[in-house]
Amino acid sequence: MSKKNYPDIWQRYTPRERLIHWLWIGSAALAAAWSVSALEIEWAFFADAHLQAADLVQRMWPPRWSYLPLVLRPLVETIHIATLGTMISIIFAVPIAFLAARNTTLNGATWLVGRAILVLSRSINTVIWGLVFVAIFGPGPVAGICAVAARSVGFIAKLVAEAIEEVDHGQIEAIEATGAGTLQIYSTAILPQIYPVLIGTTIYRWDINVRESSVLGFVGAGGIGLYLYASINQFLWSQVLVILLAIFVVVILSEAFSAYVRSRIT
Amino acid sequence: MAHVSARTQSGAATSKAVAPLLDVQCLSKVYKTGKRALNGIDMIIDRPQVVAIIGSSGAGKSTFIRCINRLVEPTSGRILLNGKDIVALDRKDLRSARRRIGMIFQEYNLVERLTVMQNVLSGRLGYVSLFASLRYRFPAEDIRAAFELLDRVGLAGYQDRRADALSGGQRQRVGIARALMQRPDLLLLDEPTASLDPKTSRQIMRLVGELVAERKTPAIINIHDVALAKSHADRIVGLSEGALVFDDTPDQLTDAALARIYGDEDWTLTSNNEAAGA
Amino acid sequence: MMSSDAVRAAHPDAWRPPTLFGTRARRAMFWLGIILYLVWSLSTLNIDGKRVLAGLPRALDILMRMVPPSFERWQILLNGMIESIQIAIAASIVGMLLCIPLGICAARNLAPRPIYLMARGLIVIGRTFHEVIIAIFFVKLFGFGPVAGLLTLAFASAIFLGKMLAEDIENMKEGPVEAVRATGATFAQVVFYAVTPQVLVKTLGVFIYRLDANLRHSTVIGIVGAGGIGQTLSASFSRYDFDFSSAILISIAAMVALGEWFSDWVRRRLR
Repeated sequence: MSKKNYPDIWQRYTPRERLIHWLWIGSAALAAAWSVSALEIEWAFFADAHLQAADLVQRMWPPRWSYLPLVLRPLVETIHIATLGTMISIIFAVPIAFLAARNTTLNGATWLVGRAILVLSRSINTVIWGLVFVAIFGPGPVAGICAVAARSVGFIAKLVAEAIEEVDHGQIEAIEATGAGTLQIYSTAILPQIYPVLIGTTIYRWDINVRESSVLGFVGAGGIGLYLYASINQFLWSQVLVILLAIFVVVILSEAFSAYVRSRIT
Repeated sequence: MAHVSARTQSGAATSKAVAPLLDVQCLSKVYKTGKRALNGIDMIIDRPQVVAIIGSSGAGKSTFIRCINRLVEPTSGRILLNGKDIVALDRKDLRSARRRIGMIFQEYNLVERLTVMQNVLSGRLGYVSLFASLRYRFPAEDIRAAFELLDRVGLAGYQDRRADALSGGQRQRVGIARALMQRPDLLLLDEPTASLDPKTSRQIMRLVGELVAERKTPAIINIHDVALAKSHADRIVGLSEGALVFDDTPDQLTDAALARIYGDEDWTLTSNNEAAGA
Repeated sequence: MMSSDAVRAAHPDAWRPPTLFGTRARRAMFWLGIILYLVWSLSTLNIDGKRVLAGLPRALDILMRMVPPSFERWQILLNGMIESIQIAIAASIVGMLLCIPLGICAARNLAPRPIYLMARGLIVIGRTFHEVIIAIFFVKLFGFGPVAGLLTLAFASAIFLGKMLAEDIENMKEGPVEAVRATGATFAQVVFYAVTPQVLVKTLGVFIYRLDANLRHSTVIGIVGAGGIGQTLSASFSRYDFDFSSAILISIAAMVALGEWFSDWVRRRLR
């Protein structure tokens, strides 16, 4: 009887592959152990956390609806901060995007400047920008508007720069062949190609900004956050719930609006 | 040899006082990769005619046509347009020179999101200020000329359609109108029919032939389709591996000449078809 | 040549470009709307022009004091940064563990209807509120310090990852699930053999992205006392140590940029 010798061990990966997998998993586990141990967690706090939470919920209910009219103004202010900040950011984002795109920048130095602006703007959170601008302009919505604009410039410019780098080169070549100047090539052949990205990104960022500006008040940069922070510090939990519900409604509505507008852009 | 006689023939024309419309002298192009795309091309165009450039893929057709308006920088040689050397021009003068050279592309290269009218008017960009071009404020004569051209290429009434809503043939007509808006001294056509079906290709080639005759503007056409070249061109130039190997009238394009351009192959079939078609 | 004069007369010499908005009236309305909005918003915001102008010299002054950045107290800076990184890593891992049940519950094709709706509701609520708002609650429950930060980011990560996971599960091919189910496998076996292989690589990519996002968020939750470098930054601003603030800002920018680069690199290798 000539029965073939089939292997009775089967493994999905080669030993080398498995070694690499285990190295990844091991380093992830080490990182986790190091992080958790070094945070010096007081486990005692966890013991009564559920009681604390239940207590909080009890104090929140019922919401103090009489507070709602007082919240409307700061709520509108929050949307204004997001909208005005986004508007300002478009004005700066377009030229910066052209600087930061490889195919439209003037030379290596301008490209680096453009990229540096992108990195700086994007890596600092809106709330931290708020901290900076409150130091400059003092507390109030102006600082909030500047913070939103400072963060959004990098966000919009990065996506628009990527769109510029991906435009159809043939259209540029055709306009170049007519003897048009460089800026005319940009405005005639490139701008129409990036309009959808520019508008879509801006509206998407506006919707993120509404959410971000709901907390700008924590650092004194205007909007509803100021009222939320004050109510929490005074332990007025039923008032806090009203504010949270108001923020919830505004953020959901702005998200729906943004999704609707973006779906209509072709 | 056929192309030698053509040289001497055009050489006789140059001896007149007027400089030829286009005089390409010893044009060479070596790409950064080391590929030698053009190898000392000489060519003279001294009267309005349709010059078809044929040759296999990679023979340097596209490089040649792009060197003439310097979308590709030539490595050496001279390109005299009305006696002025295009290769020697700085950026600013090059832009003025390009205004007098219309170009038509295989993929039409219309700005897809703009309307037909905006695309046609973009042929005049070199003549208006940046601010005017941003708002598409062109002189009344340009606008009238644009409408007239749209009418001429058979697209009257299409001015407010967006370019991406047109068919291939219609787009190429817009491309032709855009190039003619420049009131060019020379037309460059880079495979204008390669993306079109046979019927539309013929219509486009006929249109180009008529416009060349009407406007007395010479045209250089890169073309793959030998039959189409023979039936619509006044003169045929054959490129092989970056060198000019044929330059004569279409009726001189024999099987031997085709073999010289494309390499050995049984050409009788093509010629017979052509004979039947013509 | 047919009567070219007649043809010429038929060609208008006036033409106006179309607008982005379709019609001219709509464009006018758009710009009018923008102007009205600006007037309305600026008047409700009570923006004091004088105060803004007064801010400009102060901005210059602060900028002057920011340069050169002072890395003198680099130990405090380093401790804050390390704490932020630890919060980010720990939160990512806790978030990953929590997101798996959440993602399965929020997938329409796996979970029963009531559980699906509850999970989706939790995701909507969680996504709406900014990390800083969530942080402030955890600070109230667990006191100031990194634990509140860790829980905030773990919660936010679980919500985000759960949503992505649920979408991946909903978009996967049904065939393998049916095939494994047909062999008589239990629910857990279906998840392990039919669902996991289909969503694993993409989910790993999202995990790495979230690690990077947590690094960015960990710099900000310190503002409400939830630990990390944000706390150090906030303190430096309130003490007018602007040269130290600028050092912290530069460090944050560098760390975030590095994190983004690392995350891009890993995700490229995953494919």
